[in-house]
Order: sequence, then C-alpha cells, then structure tokens
Amino acid sequence: MTALVVPAPTSARHLSKAVMWITAGVSALVAFGIFAVLSAAGISEGFNIVAAVFVSAILFVLLSYVLSRIVEGRRKASDRLATGLVTTAFIVALLPLVSLVSTAFVNGLPRLDPLFFSSSMRNVVGQGGGGLHAIIGTLEITLAATVISVPIGIMTAIYLVEYGTGRLARAITFFVDVMTGIPSIVAGLFAFALFAIVLGPGIRFGIGGAVALSILMIPVVVRSTEEMLKLVPNELREASYALGVPKWLTIVKIVIPTAIGGIITGVMLSISRIIGETAPLLIIVGMSTSMNYNLFSDRMATLPVFVYTQYASQGSDAQAYIDRAWTGALVLIFIVMALNLIARLVSKLLAPKGLR
Amino acid sequence: MSKRIEVKDLNVYYGKFKAVEDVSLTIEPRTVTAFIGPSGCGKSTFLRTLNRMHEVIPGARVEGEVMIDGKNLYDADVDPVLVRRQVGMVFQRPNPFPTMSIADNVLAGVKLNNNKMSKSDAEHLVEKSLKGANLWKEVKDRLNLPGSGLSGGQQQRLCIARAIAVSPEVILMDEPCSALDPISTLAIEDLIDELKAKYTIVIVTHNMQQASRVSDKTAFFNIAGTGEPGKLIEFDDTTTIFENPHVQATEDYISGRFG
Repeated sequence: MTALVVPAPTSARHLSKAVMWITAGVSALVAFGIFAVLSAAGISEGFNIVAAVFVSAILFVLLSYVLSRIVEGRRKASDRLATGLVTTAFIVALLPLVSLVSTAFVNGLPRLDPLFFSSSMRNVVGQGGGGLHAIIGTLEITLAATVISVPIGIMTAIYLVEYGTGRLARAITFFVDVMTGIPSIVAGLFAFALFAIVLGPGIRFGIGGAVALSILMIPVVVRSTEEMLKLVPNELREASYALGVPKWLTIVKIVIPTAIGGIITGVMLSISRIIGETAPLLIIVGMSTSMNYNLFSDRMATLPVFVYTQYASQGSDAQAYIDRAWTGALVLIFIVMALNLIARLVSKLLAPKGLR
Repeated sequence: MSKRIEVKDLNVYYGKFKAVEDVSLTIEPRTVTAFIGPSGCGKSTFLRTLNRMHEVIPGARVEGEVMIDGKNLYDADVDPVLVRRQVGMVFQRPNPFPTMSIADNVLAGVKLNNNKMSKSDAEHLVEKSLKGANLWKEVKDRLNLPGSGLSGGQQQRLCIARAIAVSPEVILMDEPCSALDPISTLAIEDLIDELKAKYTIVIVTHNMQQASRVSDKTAFFNIAGTGEPGKLIEFDDTTTIFENPHVQATEDYISGRFG
C-alpha cells in the first residue's frame, strides 16, 4: 500500500473586504436603530451617540467573529476577534475625549464671540461680559511658572544624567518621583503658607500661583529632559571629549542641541499639564472680576478658576453664567491644543537631520 | 609635530577589576603602531589611557606612567582636556555630530572650544583637513549638508578630518575600519599611510592583515582567561611579529590557531 500524498493546501476560503464592510454597516445600523427607538420612545433622554458607537463596535466584533468562524475557521476567527478587541479598546479610550471636546464645543460656541475676548467681568451681573482677564491671567501665570520651572528642571536633569552619581543623585531621583505625585491642592497650600510667612496672612497674588504651579511642573520637566538626555549617544560625548572639549562645553554645545527637540516637547507637555490646574490657583491667586496685569499684587483671574466661579456662583441670569463657563473651558482646550501642535512642530523642526 | 610616547609599568583598573597589567612600551614619532589581540584583552582600554579617555568611564583609574616627550600624562597638574587636544582619537563607529553640517563637523574642535576664527581661515582649515582625510573631492559641493547623511566610510573619514583639524601630535584609532566595507577600509588604510608623515599613529585592529599592511610596529596583547588582566605579550617590528615571533602565543594567534 502506498500512502496517498495529499498536497498541503496553500489557499483557504476567506471573507472579502466588502463582506466586512457590510458587517460593519449592519452592526452600525442595528445599534443606531436601537438607540433611535429608545430615544423616540422616550426611555432615553435624547439620542445617545456615544453609546450607539460603542454598541455598534461590540456588535461588529461579535458578528465578524461568528461569520469568520463559519467561513474561515478557528485560527482566522481568533485573529479577527483579537484585532476587533484591540480596536474596540482604542475606540473606548477615544470616545470620552471626542465626547468631551464635542460637548465643550457645542456648549461653548454661543459665547465664542469677540466680546468674550475683549471684556472682563467687571460690573457684569447678567449677560455680556467675557474672559479676557482670565485668559491674560492664565497666560501670565503659566509663563511665570515656566520661567521658574524650566531652568531648574533642565539643570536638575543635566545634573542627574551628566554629573550625578551615588547617593545625592539617587535622593534627587527619589524626591522628583515623590514630587510627581504631590496633589495639586498641597502645592497650592505650600505656596500659600510660604508667602503667608513672608508677607503676612491672607496674601493673594499671581506669582504665588506661579510658584505653586512650578512645584507641579518641575518634576515633569526633569523626567522628560532626563529621558531625552539619556537618548543622546555616549559616542557623541566621547567624540567631543576626544577633541579636547571640556565637559561643560560638550553638554552645552553637543548634548543639549542634539536633544533640544525632545526637551522642548517635554516642556510644552508639562505646560499643558499645569495650565488647567484649578485648586492651587483658587487658594493662592484667588479670583477677580477685573483686569489685573500685575503678577505681583492683588488677585488675578485664571481660566480654570473663571470656569469654576462662573458655574459655582451664578448671578441673576444663570444661563449667561453657564454659557461663559463653557466658553472658558473651550478656550482652555484651544490653548492646550495649540501648545501641543507647536510642540510637535518645534520637535520636528529641531530634530537632528539626516539621522538614520 | 609628532611625539614619542613612553609607557612604563602601566596598570589599568575598572573599580577593583584589573583590566590591563604591567604594560611597558615605547612608541616612536611618525610611526604607525598596531595593537592586536583577542577581544577583551585590554587593547582598547590601554589605547584610551594614552589620552586619558578611559576617565570618561566611572571607576576607571591608572597606575604607572605615560610619558609624552618626557612629560607624564598622569602628573597631578596635567589637565586631561589639554592632553586630548594633543592626542586625538578616532572611534570604532563613525560618530559625526548629527546637529552639524560637514564643514561644522570639521571645525567642531575649534568652534566648540570657543575659539574665534575668521571666515577665510575656517574655509581654509575645512579644505585642508578634508583633503588630509581624502574626503574633499567627495563632499566639496555639499559642505553645508548634515554629516550624518554621508556613507559609513565617508563618515569615518569625516571623523578623521575632524581629529586632524585640531592639529594633534598623536592620533589614536580604535578599530577605525571594523564597521566599514573593504573599499572604505582601503581608503582609510591609504590615509593612515599618508598621515604617518606628520603624526604618530596608534591603531587597534582585529584584522591582522590590516596590522601587517599599515603598521611599522605591532604589539600583541593577550589574556590568560576571563577575569584575568590583559598583558602585553610581545612588541616588535611588524615584520618580526608576523614572520618570526619570539613567543609561542603570538605565533598561535597570528597563524589563526586561536582568537
């Protein structure tokens, strides 16, 4: 008896792209249909688009798994299931962000007018008014916090990467890690206590807020700069030393320029991290309805605190206050987005060219 | 321009580990000296002690003397930065500065030390150094482009140009051709032959043919085993080492019986 040689198959049945698209369409149709019916019947309040997207994603994963199991067999079905789950996880992570931005946009749009950017809340108790004083305050305080944190943060990182060995470096790393976890309210209380000791109780001014924010910002700058400096190849440092260049010039002219794109990105991200802080500013900067350009005296308005007070203490025309709160939030989101875009642009422009 | 190097009873340590033991040799001016030996035998470590580059590695220290024209490199009043301006170095992997153009890479040693230089002097130095490194013809039209865009062999010659632009007395080369193809290697070997007229050159190589081609004298290093320090086994004229070595281990190594 000779064994019958069956050639191993190299082709298999598989679901075409069109079928997958149809499956996706059907799942979406079903999910959106369910929620449309729910809202029409008055069970859910309005059409819930976030839930509909989520449910259609789940439906699509299940449907395509079953289809694939029937047509393609177990291995490919598992592949489709895993791919589908990973993609769904991505959608789940993205949904809150999209929902948040769209809600802020829809609610903030009515007051996104020239008046908002040209007036403060001085003598405004109803409609009108704006957030110019808060925008100026946020920009000034954030800028001051950046001016304080960036030199300290970058120099600390340089110490840790280029000079630090032994116990002191380990201690600094430990305390930077601890600082990363400090609750922002504690930073605010620290700044308040510090300035209360020096300048008397009840002190409130912008620069105090900048100090509080820089406590939150420094660890982020240290960490990101440290990582960027560690990425600079040691060979470049050695090449520089071998040319008879002293260590400090090597750091200033070789190491930092090579890492500058990443360092700036890190600084920008740390600014985004602190620009929305509310609690410390509420304590040490307070709130004002009038314009105050001076960081060193009197209370100042900032966007996060502006949003909070507009919502928390509504005046005679409640809707006007709520609209202003939404617009303030939207402007804050815009500022953060702009900073992130600038960070990307800068790191692209400054990255060493021709690296392979 | 070039100087004699005399090494006396040199021991090199990394922390408590003794990496190189009891090396004594004399390197004559305007010669090429090759260090050969199996991996980990301390050739590169020893080479780096000749311009105090080993100090970059934490815990590395040296006992003994390295005399360059009668002056001990390890005297207390010697500044390693000034030593390195006289004893240049080329590394195993080409490492041009990625943030700089080709011309700036050549001028790096001068510019990074904050020395001011007129534009015409700078241009002259770039041309002279690149010509010295046999790279001028290939890059003269793109001096302002980044150095990291060149091929590996060109990058290595750029690094040599950068090293000779600060006019050192001695050039140390740590396996300069190990990352390069045969044609680039040939270009660098020809260059070493030309540079010999002006500089004292010390080269570490794993390629014994290369050592026999380019060097006047050869030093063979070996280790007894892992954890043992590397030792200088034999140091003599290259022809003697390759044709009539006095030590059995040298003969075994160059004839390919081990290593």
